[in-house]
Amino acid sequence: MKVSASWYCFKGILIREFLRFVQQRSRFLSALIRPLLWLVVFAAGFRAALGIAIIDPYETYITYETYIAPGLCCMILLFNGMQSSLSMVYDREMGSMRVLLMSPLPRPYLLLCKMVSTALISLTQVYAFLLIALLVDVEPPLLGYLTVLPALLLVALLLSSLGLFLSTRIRQLENFAGVMNFVIFPMFFLSSALYPLWKMQEASEWLYWICAVNPFTHAVELVRYALYLKLNTDAMFITAGCTLFFAVLAVTGFNPQKSGK
Amino acid sequence: MTISVESLSFSYGPKQALQDVNFLLEKGVFHALIGPNGAGKSTLFALLTRLYELQGGNIYIDGQSIKEQPSSAMKRIGVVFQQSTLDLDLTVTQNLLYHASLHGISSKEAQKQIDNELDRMEMKTRANEKVRGLNGGHRRRVEIARALLHKPDILLLDEPTVGLDPQTRRGLNRHVRKLCDDENITVLWATHLMEEIDINDPIILLHKGSILLDSIASTMIEKSGEQNLTDAFHKLTDSESFGGAQ
Repeated sequence: MKVSASWYCFKGILIREFLRFVQQRSRFLSALIRPLLWLVVFAAGFRAALGIAIIDPYETYITYETYIAPGLCCMILLFNGMQSSLSMVYDREMGSMRVLLMSPLPRPYLLLCKMVSTALISLTQVYAFLLIALLVDVEPPLLGYLTVLPALLLVALLLSSLGLFLSTRIRQLENFAGVMNFVIFPMFFLSSALYPLWKMQEASEWLYWICAVNPFTHAVELVRYALYLKLNTDAMFITAGCTLFFAVLAVTGFNPQKSGK
Repeated sequence: MTISVESLSFSYGPKQALQDVNFLLEKGVFHALIGPNGAGKSTLFALLTRLYELQGGNIYIDGQSIKEQPSSAMKRIGVVFQQSTLDLDLTVTQNLLYHASLHGISSKEAQKQIDNELDRMEMKTRANEKVRGLNGGHRRRVEIARALLHKPDILLLDEPTVGLDPQTRRGLNRHVRKLCDDENITVLWATHLMEEIDINDPIILLHKGSILLDSIASTMIEKSGEQNLTDAFHKLTDSESFGGAQ
């Protein structure tokens, strides 16, 4: 496999994903509005009910908006990862997946390009969200916008590889509703995105353990720490390990015969 | 460039779709693949294009097995699928650039090829239009241009004229024949429309997953005892009593 050919291939897939994303403006808006609603409306109601003590990585008392902002960044990545899964199933049903599969480049490489492209496009939405979040006083250190980038990229890769893995298991577009109920909601709510784990432990020990083993919790913590210029190594290794695990499952589980039907 | 299909078999679970299929496609020749619905044409295309993994038998492109050399096989094949695979919300050029990039072609080189192919297809003026705005015939022309972008030696077309009016069908058919003559491209054209087949075309008749006849169209008429290709096709595939045709 020539390096130049591989690069042109990746560039082509990235441009196509980007063009599709730009054309679907409603997708961009909904990707932003969803977390903004949580940030403005949900957080306003919860602010009074939920006091946040000084916890790592924060060095002072923080508002609830500040607490949930990293979780909402991950929420954008989660929905985008699942959206990419939906678009893979759609491409498979509509036949356009065949164009991709006719490439002479190795299929695992093509799938990897798809995952990375989805991840990079998701990042633009996260940064748009973080800029808007400034309006509600979510103000991480300036350098945090830079240090969070690799963390966001890793989390985006985790969720797009999970999305790709799911697309290999979903036979029809109609089955996608199940992904909402059985993947997106449990992953998001059973994590540290909306409340710290110690709060969850106070409420229920078994719920706490579910949250603690949820890879999404570690993804959120990785982003939270990176945004405040700290590295959570445990979260980084768990997120990287899960990314590798789902990427391998997605690539090995990908069956072109399903795409051709 | 020749394609040799040897002892090809394929099944969907217990259902046998192809059974011991053998044929050879000659270089630079227009071959017709015919057969009633469910004969196994699309399965054969999926195997030729590596969408399905080979189960039994093998396919050789100029002596190279597509099982062992999939990458080099894919470089030599251009495909037009029965179902349109263009991205409707992208422009003609964007669709073609995407395909070129998947074949590892730089955008600069691809742009030159795109200009050539669209010019040849008389579609150059539509290059920046979204595919959604094109009619069925123009979409097909774009798909043929796309299939030729990486300069393949073999062009596979799976019922490319489905849903098109007779005039557009004739135009496309004529164009692909010209490609055989001018560029020495080997063509496999799957169809169930007999008017798309010339009397001197090599023809492969697939029926119930097996090859019923591999011959010249005129021989098929002769062997069936009918007056034309349409009647010959109906007789052979309806009665199933045609023996020794291969």
